[in-house]
Amino acid sequence: MAEIVGGAAMSHVPAIGVAIDSGKTQDAYWQPVFRGFEFSRRWLAALKPDIAIVVYNDHASAFSLDIIPTFAIGCADSFAPADEGWGPRSVPAIEGHPDLAGHLARELVLASFDMTIVNKMDVDHGLTVPLNLMCGSPRAWPFKVVPLCVNVVHFPPPTGWRCFDLGKAIRKAVASYSSSERIVVFGTGGMSHQLQGPRAGLINSGFDKRFLDCIANDPESLARIPHLDYIREAGSEAVELVMWLVMRGALAERTTEIHRFYHVPVSNTALGHIVLEDAR
Amino acid sequence: MSEGADDAGIPGTVIFDARRARQGYALNAFCMSLMRPENRAAFKTDEKTYLARFAMTAEQKNAVLGRDWNGMLALGGNIYYLAKVAATDGKSFQQIAAEMSGMSQEQYAQMMLAGGRRPEDPAETLRG
Repeated sequence: MAEIVGGAAMSHVPAIGVAIDSGKTQDAYWQPVFRGFEFSRRWLAALKPDIAIVVYNDHASAFSLDIIPTFAIGCADSFAPADEGWGPRSVPAIEGHPDLAGHLARELVLASFDMTIVNKMDVDHGLTVPLNLMCGSPRAWPFKVVPLCVNVVHFPPPTGWRCFDLGKAIRKAVASYSSSERIVVFGTGGMSHQLQGPRAGLINSGFDKRFLDCIANDPESLARIPHLDYIREAGSEAVELVMWLVMRGALAERTTEIHRFYHVPVSNTALGHIVLEDAR
Repeated sequence: MSEGADDAGIPGTVIFDARRARQGYALNAFCMSLMRPENRAAFKTDEKTYLARFAMTAEQKNAVLGRDWNGMLALGGNIYYLAKVAATDGKSFQQIAAEMSGMSQEQYAQMMLAGGRRPEDPAETLRG
């Protein structure tokens, strides 16, 4: 049966993609950001997963206000980088895994998670920036990707509990997938940031640190955080952190923290990153 | 420049819910259209003519023409949609964030380098 071999969470700030695409990764501003992922790139390269389930949010790229799915799973053969207003990023095409995605869609719906099934979808920085952070800029991505979109743009997003439980259901579904493939799960977005209005630039490092401290072995306390607490304390876009809970739910009850990185600022955002494995 | 909304009693913060999505549907549809290069070109050539394609209110159109970001937010614009207008203008998220919080780009960048806006500090544009 297929197996989840590790999880990681990371911010997906669009400016990181711009820095990579314009060759600025060695600039003084950017160097520490990419250095924070050096360990993780080695970890992932050694782990050699076949597939990554990437939990992210679409930023008005594939979905507009016409249709807003709370949870959507990408079942296509491949996914093209979206044009977010300045042309598509020149990153390799993202190869999907329709067979696993289809299995997940079926098992999750039967487990009462009413997934939206997507057979055509462009993917934006929410998915491509985490791939760059974890893999660098290869000619082709070293694994197939199942994109899982969570609505965090239109209020309310799914609750932290619901996301945590979705992760658990993903774990169960993977365990019933007859294949020997090894899977990692990425939860992306956050940490504290507010992009809109007069409070833009809000950072709450205390909030972020508590979140990082709890994600490995006290995720229940994070799953209880109400949406408005995220927004009030850590900025309107910090609510993206519910997506970390999907990743966490997909791991074992006890996990081991393998690596952590926290850096302020990345553009308007506090960048957080953690790598977790099931406790042995 | 308009001040921000404070939905849910959170200062300077729009909670983009179903009501906001209805209010801003046409405005955000305009923003979404800028994902296509030919639309970006048409908008840049003649902004007013391009905006006439969308069923936006006069207030929303004026907010776009004046690049009043907080005004657009208060009229139902969502920040991820508005970002496409900024991208069309060749502006970064950080540039419009500075404008929305009434700071120069330099002041804003310095604030971020110093650890960002602290939750207990009111924004410049929210001071009484």
